[in-house]
Amino acid sequence: MFQIPCPYCGLRNVSEFRHAGERRARPDVRTATRAQWRAYLYEQDNVAGWSAESWYHAFGCRRFVGVERHTVTNEVRPATASDEPGAPDPETTS
Amino acid sequence: MRRRPATYSALGLVGRGLTHREWPPAWRSHDLDSAYDVVVIGAGVHGLAAAYYLAANHGVRNVAVLDKGYLGGGGSGRNTAIIRSNYLTPEGVRFYDRSVKLYERLASELNFNVMFSQRGHLTLAHNDGSLRTMRWRAEVNKLEGVQSEVIGPAEIARLVPFMDVSADTRYPILGALYHPPGGTVRHDAVNWGYARGADALGVQIHQNTEVVGIDVRDGRVHGVQTNRGYVSTPTVVSCTAGWSSLVSALAGVRLPISTHPLQAAVTEPVKMFLETVVVSGTLHVYVSQTDRGELVFGASTDPYPSYSTRGSLEFTEELAGHVLELMPAIAKLRLLRQWAGLCDMTPDFSPVMGVTPVKGFLVDAGWGTYGFKAGPVSGEAMAELVATGRTPDIIAAFGLDRFAEGRLVGEKGAAAVGH
Repeated sequence: MFQIPCPYCGLRNVSEFRHAGERRARPDVRTATRAQWRAYLYEQDNVAGWSAESWYHAFGCRRFVGVERHTVTNEVRPATASDEPGAPDPETTS
Repeated sequence: MRRRPATYSALGLVGRGLTHREWPPAWRSHDLDSAYDVVVIGAGVHGLAAAYYLAANHGVRNVAVLDKGYLGGGGSGRNTAIIRSNYLTPEGVRFYDRSVKLYERLASELNFNVMFSQRGHLTLAHNDGSLRTMRWRAEVNKLEGVQSEVIGPAEIARLVPFMDVSADTRYPILGALYHPPGGTVRHDAVNWGYARGADALGVQIHQNTEVVGIDVRDGRVHGVQTNRGYVSTPTVVSCTAGWSSLVSALAGVRLPISTHPLQAAVTEPVKMFLETVVVSGTLHVYVSQTDRGELVFGASTDPYPSYSTRGSLEFTEELAGHVLELMPAIAKLRLLRQWAGLCDMTPDFSPVMGVTPVKGFLVDAGWGTYGFKAGPVSGEAMAELVATGRTPDIIAAFGLDRFAEGRLVGEKGAAAVGH
């Protein structure tokens, strides 16, 4: 068990959260080609190291939280300042 | 340079037993050559099987299998060794059935006892939704010539003596998909058997040889950089399961894969009582008993991607609770150990096999929680693809391009244990 710093609720157990996916730039739906859109939907960086992620605080404030997590050690640190915690499109992050 | 492998036989066993002579090594170590026709990355069941079938079926023998660790140390040595072909899509059923057929004759083909035991496989249904999926799977299986049928609680109780099939449990058992050809195999023996067979045909197996770079120029592969030097080759096959994304990234290929740990555990050995393999999707657990008498438990993957192979207490607690729902009588059994392996999960629970946008770089990935049972057929198909340059029909549906084209092969109904 590791803990995730929720900016609204404080440090909470990971079991309260749902992993919502890697944070990556969403292509503009008006101009994106089908290939770009599907790459956005399906392709993953899946790094072994620090990864910028969204987590959904399902058993808490029910907000999306941006953090960086080391995928080998599961260390977690808050997202860097430029990387503010925004909600990803829920449709794409089941 | 080729030599005949020592043939294993009953007579040889008696002879060695009486004289205490050492068995010869089952495969050799080599210096790394400067060039190979084919480089396979990953010495697990998929990589070794691909190398074996390249040599055995197609005469391609100048092959190196590279592994950053030891042979069979990844998912091939960490799975729960269950073999079955009762999938949901016709593509999936055909594919896994071919694998079962190859497993059936693997011991005699490799002259290596892989301990394949077709003891029957039960997938329990605890609600109407899963019972409906079981019926669906049974019908698809029958159409593909695979033995599967839906059975009721009375039949389940007969097959599995300690199962609680009463109606007053939290998750009552309504029925099960019974798949008689399913069973278990000794996973290490499969890895070793393929390694020995491939070695005897001239394939070089290099353990502790990590690929740190893939030389891609003008859109095609020219070689790989390893921690033991550069190797030039026109063809690289990545069979690296949980690490597929990282190895593919070396060639600049992005995959629709995220790596999740999957934990498993084993109890102390007890007298044989469980003949079949029992799976419950609702309770996220599968159980079988080894020939030594240990109960092997597997579960669903951890709920977030990670490359960590540490065991967790949450897993043990949840697993124990779920197992005891099914078999309250084994409450006094103690767990001996638990471990984790890495699963390369795809969005549709089907593998990603075949060519990539980089010429000469082939992937055999996306094996999620169902890679071991597919080892032989994947090896056979990848070998055919490498040798002939044509994608065999049996894996045509699993190409990487299916994601860009939107023709996913949804196997979640049969591959997932409540993922």
